[in-house]
Amino acid sequence: MSDKIIPIGPYHPLQEEPEFFRLRVDGEVVTDIDIEIGYNHRAIEKISESKSYDQVTFLVERICGICSTSHPFAYTNAIDDLLGVEVPERALYIRTIIGELERLHSHLLWLGLAGHFLGYNTVWMWAWRYREPVLDIFERITGNRQHYAMFKPGGIRRDLDEADFPWIKKTLKSLIPKFDMFKGAVIDDPVIRARTEGVGVLTKQDVHDYACVGPTARASGVAMDVRKDDPYAAYGKVEWKVITQQGGGVFAKAVVRILELYESTNIILQCLDKMPKGPIDLNIKDMPAGEGIGRHEAPRGEVFHYVMSDGGNSPARHKVRAPSYMNIASNKKAVIGETISDATIILAAVDPCYCCTERMAVVDYKTGKKVFDGQDLIRLSQEKTERLRQKTKNR
Amino acid sequence: MEKTQIIENIKVRSGGGLVEINDRSLRRIYVTIKKEALPKIARYLFNDVKARFVTASGVDTRTGVEILYHFSIDKIGLMVSLRVILEKPGLEIESLTSIMKCAEWIEREIHEMLGVDFKGHPNLKHLLLKDDWPEGNYPLRRDQQ
Repeated sequence: MSDKIIPIGPYHPLQEEPEFFRLRVDGEVVTDIDIEIGYNHRAIEKISESKSYDQVTFLVERICGICSTSHPFAYTNAIDDLLGVEVPERALYIRTIIGELERLHSHLLWLGLAGHFLGYNTVWMWAWRYREPVLDIFERITGNRQHYAMFKPGGIRRDLDEADFPWIKKTLKSLIPKFDMFKGAVIDDPVIRARTEGVGVLTKQDVHDYACVGPTARASGVAMDVRKDDPYAAYGKVEWKVITQQGGGVFAKAVVRILELYESTNIILQCLDKMPKGPIDLNIKDMPAGEGIGRHEAPRGEVFHYVMSDGGNSPARHKVRAPSYMNIASNKKAVIGETISDATIILAAVDPCYCCTERMAVVDYKTGKKVFDGQDLIRLSQEKTERLRQKTKNR
Repeated sequence: MEKTQIIENIKVRSGGGLVEINDRSLRRIYVTIKKEALPKIARYLFNDVKARFVTASGVDTRTGVEILYHFSIDKIGLMVSLRVILEKPGLEIESLTSIMKCAEWIEREIHEMLGVDFKGHPNLKHLLLKDDWPEGNYPLRRDQQ
């Protein structure tokens, strides 16, 4: 029986969702993992019961700091489902654009972090450098780099200015060569492939058992995507395809995200061309009693909102389920049997906005002495990459 | 599998446990069942139809607790929500963890938020609330301060 435990987490300023992984290790190999969440429970569902339907949009936008639009998207879908209304078409296109811009910046953010964990700091710098133009687009069209406050039940809050479209298109198109560069740097690099391919594999059965969603599921060959399966907003009106990979490991998850960058850009460009003129809001005043379910395919997977109304001014019940709630639990399957130097990237591969590796510490429980700290673990991961790099060079 | 066939199969499998099927819209069905029929229908949806378990949501109706188990059949974009109504006092229901591991966390959450006892759950400790949260205090109950 191993007597070493690696505690990872629970807090880090970069994380929007603190969580605590307790890895039990035997030598280098992870033999068990215990996952604890709830360190930052903010009682959003309870607070929602005391806010008006309009205010709840702002409340749920604050659930996540990275994919801040995912929750308002799912929430407004739930309200539209509850009311059974048709939202004006222009609003649907604008919702789609905001949702996809968010996927772009979120995937780039993940790519940067994954690069850093693996010792590819150039990828990290590049990814975050090319995330900036996406945030610039957000700033131009919504006034904010994050927390765009664009969504409201029955429509959106502000219209896009057609005069901005040429600039938005030019900026987006200028990103495509950069995505090509990432594709080359990540997909064709033998060392990254060796570090990540077949590491932390989830099979199709695992995906079903743990009910994984988003890129985590699609990397295991499960073609689930709410945008395609249960089309909402303008996703049924534009051409795009669901990206899947068969590998199931960290590499496959990275490939899915990189290829999705192209699809998202493609969706936004089509929306800008196809968007009709017209009203953007239904100006909903009263909420009847009833219930509604809204879903949105966020960068990390399906966000689910259930809203129950008793005819009053606030939701009688509002249930929120974020994708990481399902995906984090799958780490129990993915990380066991792998080595400590791979644990960092496996836990990061489901993209739980999990960046707290420098809080890791390996403690010998018998002596209470610290064996490695967080910096050591990132160093271990980076050294493994370096060894592989040298090996590839010498071949 | 078609939506109509799924509705038909749910009717057959639930035996006398079916209360009502509300075919709300093209992609939403709400099925009210007795709590005894839940494992059978959950097994049918999760194992046979290969539906994805999305989550469960509980709400205090003052006289009891209503739990909705949401399943998504991604191939046809259909959401099937199984509604089970539990009467107070003695809120208890069979745990679904033996059928699907992915129900483990949400059952822990409903347990601590609404005080529902999931029989057969392997690890019914707190998920989101701190470990020393006062016993018998359930934040989403309406009959408590």
